[in-house]
Amino acid sequence: MLILEKNNFEDEVLKADGLVLVDFWSDGCEPCKALMPDVEALAEKYEGKVKFCKLNITKARRLAISQRVLGLPTILLYKNGEKIEEVTKDDAKPANIEAMIVKNL
Amino acid sequence: MENLYDVVIVGAGPAGLAAGLYSARARMKTLIIEKEKAGGQIVTTNEVANYPGSILDATGPSLVARMVEQAEEFGAVRIKDEILKVELNDKVKVLSGEKDTYKAKTVIIATGASPRYLGVPGERELTGKGVSYCATCDADFFTDLEVYVIGGGDTAVEEAMYLTKFARKVTIVHRRDELRAAKSIREKAFKNEKMAFIWDSVVEEIKGDGIVETLVLKNKKTGEITEINAPEEDGTFGIFPFVGYIPKNDLFKEILETDKGGYIITDPDMKTTIPGVFAAGDIRHKSLRQVVTAVADGAIAAVQAEKHIENTFEA
Repeated sequence: MLILEKNNFEDEVLKADGLVLVDFWSDGCEPCKALMPDVEALAEKYEGKVKFCKLNITKARRLAISQRVLGLPTILLYKNGEKIEEVTKDDAKPANIEAMIVKNL
Repeated sequence: MENLYDVVIVGAGPAGLAAGLYSARARMKTLIIEKEKAGGQIVTTNEVANYPGSILDATGPSLVARMVEQAEEFGAVRIKDEILKVELNDKVKVLSGEKDTYKAKTVIIATGASPRYLGVPGERELTGKGVSYCATCDADFFTDLEVYVIGGGDTAVEEAMYLTKFARKVTIVHRRDELRAAKSIREKAFKNEKMAFIWDSVVEEIKGDGIVETLVLKNKKTGEITEINAPEEDGTFGIFPFVGYIPKNDLFKEILETDKGGYIITDPDMKTTIPGVFAAGDIRHKSLRQVVTAVADGAIAAVQAEKHIENTFEA
């Protein structure tokens, strides 16, 4: 998974063509860390079809808020730079994330 | 029978992990099934000050990491799956998950509880958008912003104190005119300069276009409605409800005896109304829900599971 930061978010997500998935997480978020291996497995499964990225919000809080993310874990799906769908909190489960991807492939 | 476990434990919080430790150490074939993160509610807590032997700066995650290591060291197997259906009445119990089906001689239910929702308009839509039930997950977002904590019990006040490390100001909204939290916790809260209090008030509604912008409160004594709007320069604020818990009993409430609140009733040996099925931890009807009582439940359940197997399968 591509590691996003404040300075590459725009190029890698907002200016990117196709489907980009961003996993918002932080060091203090245990549910995020539990979910991460499942997202990494999806990244392998959908390699070449969806670009998988992760953003640690601890150093990019304002950037996250600018994307209307104010709670973790949150997974956003972008298409051609536009946010098209998301799952957050209790809904951020592997099955729901995969359903979101499949629906938009 | 292939892949028949002696003990299958549903839930890997402190109760499930303690049951796993005792069960595996007694050489029983033990499986712990967890749908999400190991550790249950305690890993969303930053400070664990009242678990005997936990050192001063022990956190929920650090304590749980040691519990997991200990249970696995004795041979308990831990897997990630979500159980969707259970058949518990027969001698061999069957649990059907999203990924696999599991057979067990005994089952220990340690599914725990989850935070209770306020049940007001806007709450669900704005969860993850300023409404949060997990301070350790989301505190970062509210650095230098304002936060409202709903509730007056131990959890509400402790989490509010934790949030003062990030937020500019933390206001507790409580439906009564005094806190229910323990005296030692109350005293610390009243001394904290970042803390403020709104008494006798309940939440009526949460509003916002995509993120939290307005909190509507009602004063229970006067009936007065107050709208709290996000300061313009901030654009938003945080709302953290800590108004109690609900048991995660969906799989069991129709088949086991529960109390009025939905918590599973057991005898002192953690036995439920079905032989070979035990309950441990927060899911159980009891007077104190803490790590220290959860691990005790887990240990008792595992020992009783072993007895059940001796009597039922080896007699």
